[in-house]
Amino acid sequence: MQRPSGAAAANPPAIELKGINKHFGPVHANRDIDLVVERGTVHGIVGENGAGKSTLMSILYGFYTADSGDILVNGLVQKITDSRHALGLGIGMVHQHFMLVDNFTVLENVILGAEGRFRIAPALHKARAALKALAAEYKLDVDPDAIIEEISVGQQQRVEILKALYRGADILILDEPTGVLTPEEADDLFRVLRTLREQGKTVILITHKLREIMAITDNVSVMRQGAMVRTLKTADTSPGELAELMVGRRVLLQVEKQPSLPGKPMLEVKKLTVNDDRKVARVKDISLTVRAGEIVGIAGVAGNGQSELLECIAGMRDPVSGEIRLAGDKISLRGDDGGRKARLAGLAHVPEDRQRMGLVTSFEAWENSILGYEYTEQFGRGPFLDIKAARAHAEERIKTFDVRPPNPRLKTANFSGGNQQKIVLARELGQDPDVLIVGQPTRGVDIGAIEFIHKQIIAMRDAGKAILLVSVELDEIRSLSDRILVMFDGRIVGEADPAKATENELGLMMAGIAATGGETR
Amino acid sequence: MGGTSSIPRWADIVLLPLLNLILAFLISGLVVLMIGENPLMAYYAIFYGAFGSGDGLGYTLYYATNFVFTGLAVAIAAHAGLFNIGAEGQAYVAGLGAILVALALDQTSVFLVVPLAILGAAAFGGMWAAIPGWLQAKRGSHIVITTIMFNFIASAAMIYVLNRFLKPAGSNGLESRVLDQTAWMPQLRLFMPGFGFSPVNLSIVLALLLLVGFYILVWHTKFGFALRTMGKNPLASRYAGMSNVKLIVITMAISGGLAGMMAINQVLGLNHRLVENFVAGAGFVGIAVALMGRNHPVGIALAALLFGVLYQGGSEMQFVMPNVNKEVVSVVQALVILFTGAMEGLFRPSLERLFAGWGGSGKAEAIARTTAGSES
Amino acid sequence: MNFSILSRLSAGAALGLLMTGTALADPGLIYDLGGKFDKSFNEAAYNGAERWKAATGGNYLDFEITDGAQREQALRRMVSQGANPIVVMSFNWGSVLPVLADEYPDVKFVVIDSVVEKPNVRSVVFDEHTGSFLVGALAALKSETGKYGFVGGMDVPLIHKFYCGYAQGVKAVRADAEVYENYTGTTPDAWNNPTVAGELAKAAYDRGAEVVFAAAGGSGLGVIQAAQDNNKFAIGVDSNQNHIAPGFVLTSMEKRVDVAVETAFTDGPDLETGLQVLGLAENGVGYSVDDNNRSLLTDEMIAQVEDYKAKIIAGEITVHNYETDSQCPL
Repeated sequence: MQRPSGAAAANPPAIELKGINKHFGPVHANRDIDLVVERGTVHGIVGENGAGKSTLMSILYGFYTADSGDILVNGLVQKITDSRHALGLGIGMVHQHFMLVDNFTVLENVILGAEGRFRIAPALHKARAALKALAAEYKLDVDPDAIIEEISVGQQQRVEILKALYRGADILILDEPTGVLTPEEADDLFRVLRTLREQGKTVILITHKLREIMAITDNVSVMRQGAMVRTLKTADTSPGELAELMVGRRVLLQVEKQPSLPGKPMLEVKKLTVNDDRKVARVKDISLTVRAGEIVGIAGVAGNGQSELLECIAGMRDPVSGEIRLAGDKISLRGDDGGRKARLAGLAHVPEDRQRMGLVTSFEAWENSILGYEYTEQFGRGPFLDIKAARAHAEERIKTFDVRPPNPRLKTANFSGGNQQKIVLARELGQDPDVLIVGQPTRGVDIGAIEFIHKQIIAMRDAGKAILLVSVELDEIRSLSDRILVMFDGRIVGEADPAKATENELGLMMAGIAATGGETR
Repeated sequence: MGGTSSIPRWADIVLLPLLNLILAFLISGLVVLMIGENPLMAYYAIFYGAFGSGDGLGYTLYYATNFVFTGLAVAIAAHAGLFNIGAEGQAYVAGLGAILVALALDQTSVFLVVPLAILGAAAFGGMWAAIPGWLQAKRGSHIVITTIMFNFIASAAMIYVLNRFLKPAGSNGLESRVLDQTAWMPQLRLFMPGFGFSPVNLSIVLALLLLVGFYILVWHTKFGFALRTMGKNPLASRYAGMSNVKLIVITMAISGGLAGMMAINQVLGLNHRLVENFVAGAGFVGIAVALMGRNHPVGIALAALLFGVLYQGGSEMQFVMPNVNKEVVSVVQALVILFTGAMEGLFRPSLERLFAGWGGSGKAEAIARTTAGSES
Repeated sequence: MNFSILSRLSAGAALGLLMTGTALADPGLIYDLGGKFDKSFNEAAYNGAERWKAATGGNYLDFEITDGAQREQALRRMVSQGANPIVVMSFNWGSVLPVLADEYPDVKFVVIDSVVEKPNVRSVVFDEHTGSFLVGALAALKSETGKYGFVGGMDVPLIHKFYCGYAQGVKAVRADAEVYENYTGTTPDAWNNPTVAGELAKAAYDRGAEVVFAAAGGSGLGVIQAAQDNNKFAIGVDSNQNHIAPGFVLTSMEKRVDVAVETAFTDGPDLETGLQVLGLAENGVGYSVDDNNRSLLTDEMIAQVEDYKAKIIAGEITVHNYETDSQCPL
């Protein structure tokens, strides 16, 4: 099919990429990519981490220049040299990590980089009116005078979208936009995206969450290993097919597991109250029990005290009151070495945010594979660190958990999210703990790795370990847990059987509306 | 997108400092030209002054010894994510620890005095650094602020102690009495006459030992592992159950102790008495040394040597060039500190672009790895 | 412009010569921490050296040290360059010079403001107490408020000696007078802190003093500035500072460091060693009268001060020297 590239056709696609190639040294990050994004559609791009999605979008947004190939915007060939140029062509981007000034107001952030001349007041005045119009048109309500750090993440994302629209973006690229959002916020975002589509804007959505693709996109392109595998109409495909295209083989989306055989109580939490850093009670008088050989899942909207509960049980946060028992013995994990006390007591912890907490990303993989256990004699006598032993240990762990690439000397930041998570999991499971606390085990992890991680957690359960799981992915909670506790506003508001409870029932409990008899209350 | 690791390691360690250094010398050359001297001659004077004679070399090494100690002090704290600006004050207070031991025992034996004075200096310097460490760990008082403040407190307190207790009656100079020769750190010229009259002394052996010890401590001990974990990600060290409070206090104590070794070189090795403001900025030079040396012992040794050259060569320049006075020498030294320390990232973006253009860059490697990582 | 740069660069070819060449028997001078141009002690030495240079056409080496550690290095460097005699400034050489004097018996050293008893060292000290006595007397003759200020530099015995002589001079004229004694600090920084010195002087003026004697090196400029600002008088020190603010500097307690340096340079390598005390009789200390301050002084005042001077020289009046017993009996 030949498209005229010099003059605009009758109805050219918003974006057309032809034969885009990009090399980074020996790596062929984008191979002969062809892509057509029709105007007024939401176009999903899926692929595992490292598949080349971000590189492709960076080329489109002017961060990189392609080695070869053409970019057509509205039917015209363009050489996009930088992001300012891209903006001029009506391409806006909302990054995964927001580019906002935290202590500025919404309005100030919107005009940032477009302040006009010396005096700022006219720009602000103009922006206020424009913002109002945009907000009404796209149902993007944000208080223009609110300070960024005081509004929710979802609101911040709206500001990013408004910023792009204010600069005249017609084509909006969103990079993993729901990674930081609660389910409600994600739903809000999708409403906004639909409105944008209705108003004729074009949206490119980069994600690896198939549910989102199915929910919002019109078309979807799948990338794998730098190549464009296929572009499909969303209506004509299924999550299973997409997953297979992404990974290159069949993927089990549903976890297979036997019914649990719970043993004696291993982890008992009694009347636990925990404050956050601002001394506000986030966990309120919670009691729960996890028995050997069972997975107890805690469902809830993020920010209802799950993080504080996990951190307290793992020794990272002192409780205000209440007690924690391990295998029947009361333990104290107070003090800023509580993490070590917990490990000594046989409690392993896969933290919610591996990069922020569970790993040192600038360390080599082997260093992270002993983090938290470096003091043991296993890794050196007395004060000395036995680097050989640690590397051998890491090598073994990496092999067992199929971490790729299997190189213990590689910097951790250079592993993909899924492989980073495998390093954490390999470390925490490797010390044969009695109790495992797992937070968000598959956040930001690609599909192939999710499957593997889920299998490992089930295997731990089958080996008789007690597992406490926290996740904001309801699907994950439902498929892994043997029992579900629902947390709302620092309390456990209900308990459910994953086999019986519907998503709707759980959703109501998570919203604090309906409650069945939980362990407390 | 904006990673920091997008140029090869060798370029980061060798090329970048070298470019900064060259730029610093070029601009220094302009300064020398402006005051009517020949820059080539100035460079020659610096080089010749630093290496041209046994005396010069000895002085260079003597200054470098100071900077190794203060550089290591700043570096160990940096590995723990702490910016210790207080090496100056810590070395100063350490001088008190050294002189008290030496004054008390300078009638005994050098084998008794020197080790105990080293301990005394380490204890005083370590204590002086541990207090800001404790304040940071327990009270959240920012260590940059507190260590700066502690420099001032050290200065005032030391002057008080010198004036009130250490200064011999009727003396005009603000200094303690001269130590008996038993308490002197043996100078190398005793065994190696080639060093002429220079004050380079056995402290340089201590410096070399500490460079090796630093490497072992940071990269081959469990404490070092914990230290680096906290430095890179304090939340991860808390997660791992390493006590951040303990780590901070101990690291700062070690840092102050290292800075305190500078007092041994100065008090026992050169002055043989405690002199007002004997540190004379070496603590601050330590910051530049650690920055330039990328907190690695080899880098610190080289950077310390460079600053030793600047100090010794600088005074040589002052001798041989009539228009060069002490202010001009300070300007040259400050330019090197500015470009290698404060503005060390100046060439980074252009180097990144350069290496990105060449291909085999860190960024590309990173992508190669992640791509490889998800291939299945 | 370009040409001159090129010619300078090409001069580099000859630089090897300059490095190794030794200047035979040129005198040398090492300034103390205040620096060459401190408008006081060190600058006086510089002026003396320059005067010698102008008179004889000879050359001399000089060096400004930046920290105490450089003293020994600088002195040795001077010796190795063949400088002889070598003049060093200030009392801070008390511990370095004796050692080096022993090591280099063939070189003559001159130390100003300190006594080093070595066969090849000339120690030059000044009777600052007698000179200070005279300016104190002059202050008391000029101002009738009965209140007088003194701002010293670093709080050390040498400066107490200035104070003590000054106070004795004041009381010789007005027995019931009050003298406000202040020091800018306890470290060498005290020599370079005109701000503090100015504040101290202002405080003295506010308390009723009309004359403040600044024995504070470079800090003294702050006192003179304060005198000008408050329309009062300052007394300068070391060099003749009358010209700095004509009409506001009553006089200067001259300590002829310049003369000491010039004399040492003139005497050359064969200079006589041993202790040299420069007092009123030798014109080593004194008070300055020139066009800048002549109008401030009456003939009677000058006559009175000259009378004191004669009596001190004749031994009829004994001015107590603080440094002999660390006491100041008033």
